[in-house]
Amino acid sequence: MRFGDLSLQVVAGAAALGATLLVGLIAWKVADGAWPSVRHYGLKFVWTNAWIPVTGHELYGAASFLFGTAVTSLVALALAAPLSIGIAIYLSELAPRFLRGPVTALIETLAAVPSVVIGLWGILVLGPVLRTHVEPALHSAFGFIPLFGPPSSTGSSIFTAIIVLTFMILPIVSSITRELFLGVPHDQKEGALALGSTHWEMVRGVMFPYARGGIAAALILGLGRALGEAIAVTQVIGGVTGSSGIQWNLFATGDTLASKIAASYQGATTNLQVASLIYLGLILLVFSLFVNFLAQVIVRRVARKQGFGARA
Amino acid sequence: MSAHGITRADLQAVNLPRRKVVNRAMQALSTLAAAIAVAALVLIVYSVAKRGAGALNLDLLTKDPANSFSFGAPVKEGLANAFVGSLILVGLATLMTLPVGLLVAIYLVEYAPPPIRTAVTLVLDVLNGVPAIVIGIFVYGLIVIGSGQSGWAGAFALACLMLPLLTRSTMEVLLLVPSSLREASLGLGIPRWRTTLSIVLPQTIGGIVTGTVLAVARVAGETAPLLFTSSLVGTKTSWDPFHALQSVPVAIFELSEQPDPASHQRAWAAALVLLLFILFTSLTARWFATRSRRKLSAAR
Repeated sequence: MRFGDLSLQVVAGAAALGATLLVGLIAWKVADGAWPSVRHYGLKFVWTNAWIPVTGHELYGAASFLFGTAVTSLVALALAAPLSIGIAIYLSELAPRFLRGPVTALIETLAAVPSVVIGLWGILVLGPVLRTHVEPALHSAFGFIPLFGPPSSTGSSIFTAIIVLTFMILPIVSSITRELFLGVPHDQKEGALALGSTHWEMVRGVMFPYARGGIAAALILGLGRALGEAIAVTQVIGGVTGSSGIQWNLFATGDTLASKIAASYQGATTNLQVASLIYLGLILLVFSLFVNFLAQVIVRRVARKQGFGARA
Repeated sequence: MSAHGITRADLQAVNLPRRKVVNRAMQALSTLAAAIAVAALVLIVYSVAKRGAGALNLDLLTKDPANSFSFGAPVKEGLANAFVGSLILVGLATLMTLPVGLLVAIYLVEYAPPPIRTAVTLVLDVLNGVPAIVIGIFVYGLIVIGSGQSGWAGAFALACLMLPLLTRSTMEVLLLVPSSLREASLGLGIPRWRTTLSIVLPQTIGGIVTGTVLAVARVAGETAPLLFTSSLVGTKTSWDPFHALQSVPVAIFELSEQPDPASHQRAWAAALVLLLFILFTSLTARWFATRSRRKLSAAR
């Protein structure tokens, strides 16, 4: 082999190896930083509901942040799923031709807005509106369910975080779903219509089953995005005050794994506290690696089966 | 057909008016969903434009922030340190990522055996999904614990986010280059490395530029990776990446956590500049990308 050939192959191969090892290095460094806390608390950290940074009485646990992460991202996903599928149906089936391009571009632009700007809007514009109009209405209508408790005092709440996250995952899920719907074979769709089904019955009976796997992957990717969003959530969720961080009221303030880390970037003092914050990051990393790996595997299986160039 | 969920009962027994109503309702709901998403974007952009335009002036771009917070006083201070810092951080991150990203893409498209290509692409896609805040913690453990916050650390964190984006977009354009071009070059006796670097790569310049611009637009707005790596800064403009540099997203984040309206005003103004930059670059890049892709596909 020529020298030039060999050197380009080796250099490029080394770069690829380095990029691959980067993921391992990330996992190792985060685990390494969390180690003092992992050794101190073990797995008990995960279900300990406390964050007491008082010298001499230090006690840290992730339970309330896991709770906050689960509630915000799962409810946001539950809101975003029907909306995204509706958007995808509109863009692939209903929209007049001259509107398709512009509306698709607008919705994808929503994904390009930086999270810190969405958070700024969330805390100064959306939060006050939710506090004065939406939260009292939901409380008076569904107040018997503990989730819809007394409205928040400042506009910062788990509920505001959920709405902000919904807007952030909408464009991701809807653009993948739209591509999947565009890949549904025309003869199948026309077959259903020719048998006399209505447009919606065709969507439900032909397009949904065809795109099912891909939609699942899109939703999981959206979940991964919601789990890991730190900045916008930190700005609008308000943070946990006091030690009992688990509140069933959606209008109370809260914290997620990511928002707790982001909010403490200047405040951590003791080594154990820093390590415990990184432990939160380690839990987040494990979740996001799992979620993304799962989504990518589904995407690849769907792509292979349908010869569809799914890009995530 | 029952395997697809439509049974004869669906089509015959159910009365037609009801099916038509359901159909209409679902069409209306889908349209409503699209309207909600568009409305969200319009509302966000409108709020930023309305509130930011009032506080936007030349001082914001050219003057440093004042040392102490002045409640109610006329805003006579800017965020020059943040704009300069962002420029340096994103510039360094691009310089770090570009050669590596190109090489990884070249290896995966031109050299790697299929199983390795599949595996590495999967790893890159998973890396793309690692939360930005975790990247921040990673660089904190890797660099900041040992040598403190610096522009280099912040740029490296941004580079980790750019790498999968840039590699993916470069791979896509490399795959569009017709193989007849490679074969013609190899047939003339040009070695493979020269074929790759001087025949194939120049074909993809347009795509690489748009991919880079999109990646820049994406990381220019990132706050989370910089909090732990380049955020403990003074108020003076600094061009020195060996010290922590302020950045526009971190400045917006910190101002938005302040209680006074004057800080919020500056946050809106900075957000307007950031948003204009990101929307302008990503929309032009996207427009350019569809154009050059059409050209490449036509040449195929």
